[in-house]
Amino acid sequence: MVEKIQDKSVDPASLEMLRLAQRSGLETAWDRFEKQQPQCGFGELGLCCRNCNMGPCRIDPFGEGAIKGTCGATADIIVARNLLRSIAAGASAHSDHARDVAQTFKFMSEGKASSYQVKDRAKMERLMNEYGVRTQSELANAIMAEFGKQEGPIQFTRRAPAKRVELWKSLGIDPRGIDREIVECMHRTHMGVDNDYVNLLLHGIRASLADGWGGSMIATDLQDVMFGTPTPVMTEANLGVLKADAVNIIVHGHEPLLSEMIVAAASDPAMVELAKKQGASGINIAGMCCTGNEVLMRHGVPAAGNFLQQELAVITGAVDAMVVDVQCVMPALGSLAGCFHTKFISTSPKAKFPGATHMEFNEESANETARSIVQAAVLNYRLRDPSKVHIPDIKSRAMVGFSVETIVGALGGSLDPLLGAIKSGAIRGIGAVVGCNNPKVKQDFGHINLVKELIKNDVLVVTTGCNALACAKAGLLLPEAADLAGDGLKGVCKAIGVPPVLHMGSCVDISRIMVACAAIANALGVDISDLPAAGAAPEWMSEKAVSIGTYVVGSGVYTVLGTVPQVLGSKKVVELLTEGVKGVTGGAFAVEPDPLKAAKLMIDHIDSQRRKLGI
Amino acid sequence: MKEIFVRLERCMGCRSCEMACAVEHSDSQNLFGAISEKPAPVRRLYVEQAHGHKVPLVCRHCEDAPCVAVCRTGAMSQDAVTGIVDRDKERCVGCWMCAMSCPYGVIGSQGGARVAVKCDRCKSLDIPACVGACPTGTLVFADEGQFAEMIRRDAASRMAREHISTA
Repeated sequence: MVEKIQDKSVDPASLEMLRLAQRSGLETAWDRFEKQQPQCGFGELGLCCRNCNMGPCRIDPFGEGAIKGTCGATADIIVARNLLRSIAAGASAHSDHARDVAQTFKFMSEGKASSYQVKDRAKMERLMNEYGVRTQSELANAIMAEFGKQEGPIQFTRRAPAKRVELWKSLGIDPRGIDREIVECMHRTHMGVDNDYVNLLLHGIRASLADGWGGSMIATDLQDVMFGTPTPVMTEANLGVLKADAVNIIVHGHEPLLSEMIVAAASDPAMVELAKKQGASGINIAGMCCTGNEVLMRHGVPAAGNFLQQELAVITGAVDAMVVDVQCVMPALGSLAGCFHTKFISTSPKAKFPGATHMEFNEESANETARSIVQAAVLNYRLRDPSKVHIPDIKSRAMVGFSVETIVGALGGSLDPLLGAIKSGAIRGIGAVVGCNNPKVKQDFGHINLVKELIKNDVLVVTTGCNALACAKAGLLLPEAADLAGDGLKGVCKAIGVPPVLHMGSCVDISRIMVACAAIANALGVDISDLPAAGAAPEWMSEKAVSIGTYVVGSGVYTVLGTVPQVLGSKKVVELLTEGVKGVTGGAFAVEPDPLKAAKLMIDHIDSQRRKLGI
Repeated sequence: MKEIFVRLERCMGCRSCEMACAVEHSDSQNLFGAISEKPAPVRRLYVEQAHGHKVPLVCRHCEDAPCVAVCRTGAMSQDAVTGIVDRDKERCVGCWMCAMSCPYGVIGSQGGARVAVKCDRCKSLDIPACVGACPTGTLVFADEGQFAEMIRRDAASRMAREHISTA
């Protein structure tokens, strides 16, 4: 099956670069995905178990061959164990990111990380109140302790409505320490431990809640304290933000700890002067993936693109340094960067790549490392081959940076106007659309069509991660995009001057959406599962997305997935995820690859929630 | 005529061929739909393990095929032009003479029905589903001349390399 280029993306900049890649014989994720076809059916169904060395075992989905692994594990057990391990990996990624942020905050409070300061003191004071501590150092210790706690609760889980917390407690899934729940996932899925698929999946919810209301939320809140709580800012997105005459540095990955410093170092007059000496007009920082989202929403740093554009950015030939930290960084970048002058710079001791120059970041000398990286990029500018430079002249403007604090601020200090609009039906409900790119879906096709259909039907969309970047590129994050919305939503957006799609940040910032849901539920005196709200991940691919989906469903939200999770090998697990869980957490999963049908599922759910609330 | 050849040394035992075969012979024609069908779709080739090797077994569509010779109803027949041995579902009475005579054991049944099920070499496809699904090139769809040439080129390359390394 050889796909035509126009079937690979709806983004014109991506298409332009894919054509160039084809002409130049450069390989991208789409080519490698094609070479993976057909993908292993056992893997697709989640029926392969590699958890012990009596295996690998796999279950015949047609029931003709093996229906049990060597240990006797059935399809239900194997699928549930594999899912639990995915949740553990996803929760680990977010939470280990949070640990680094918390560690830096702690060093800062001890005077050991001079590159960092408190930028949002008011938010820090709110956190101190929440924890009942009086000093920054006590706060740092209290937050660090969340990871290693043996008995809960994790403080931020108490932001959830009281009913929700009681429900978690009664189900035995109120998370204890963040690390404890993840370790327990690995223990339970070891050979011969938990072999009850319901019990396994309940723990999956517990571990994911430790991510959503623990790790991710800690990352979001401490990043706000150290780098500032986002407020609306205008910026631009897509590959056209790269500049032919400037030093282009792309910051890619997920953590803002280093990229914040790089943004600062790049504006240092001495560094700009050095760039000019190399013949460049200046230094242009552009973001990619969630590191991009972090600096986008705090500084208006333009975004070069989302997940599937990381290689395309290198192929422009105009990237002097691709600086990466952790998560969603393709190991293919090394060999691709080797075809250009691009310096591929890894920075995390946890994430090294073939073909990369490693310039290790640590909290204590963040500024110095950032300066060295910027300098390396600047000096690399001269090696750029102008004959290889091809930057698509395609970018969109976007208004980004809607933290919960900002949304409440824009509404005049209280949620009441939003609640009023929801009650009146001007806003039919809230749709949280998030997640990755995946070559199984035409790039951004799922994202954009789902979001457009939702706003057309008066559903206010909140977005993070690669969906947010897809929306930015498509011009959906502009106040004038309200013209694409239904009359009710359009009226509300025009009245307060906001887009119908609110950019709330990176993928850890789905915690902001949880906080917003909790605040709305509390204001209405109901649980999150009663809200006229639904979630979706139209093009998800990562294990982080599995953890996110699980904590969102575990928090009571109906969630539609656009790519099929690796669970279809067990009818019981599928039944539990799509139906059974409704009676437990009030949320549930659905799978619908067609974005318009997915929108309908979400809208139908929202309407039925409205009827139940009597609004 | 093209045949399904097997390069044994390449087989990883992943059973992708078996799964693709069952899906190709399902009503829904896709994995996610096929796993819910009743009766469950079945494979027509089999990966066995023997003496530490993984061995895909697929109907050889033999000349003077024993399964055709022993079939009393004429359900099993060989196409004079393509050489494909196939069975007519309507005429099969499930006596299993074919299964008893096949030296490779590649004649099976579906859902316990008394109807022989075997490789039809995916007549509607350019490349049989099992070959298309094989990730390592163990299964090769080629005529005997092409296949022999492929093996010859591999052997020549190997011999040349050995010669160079010892020279």
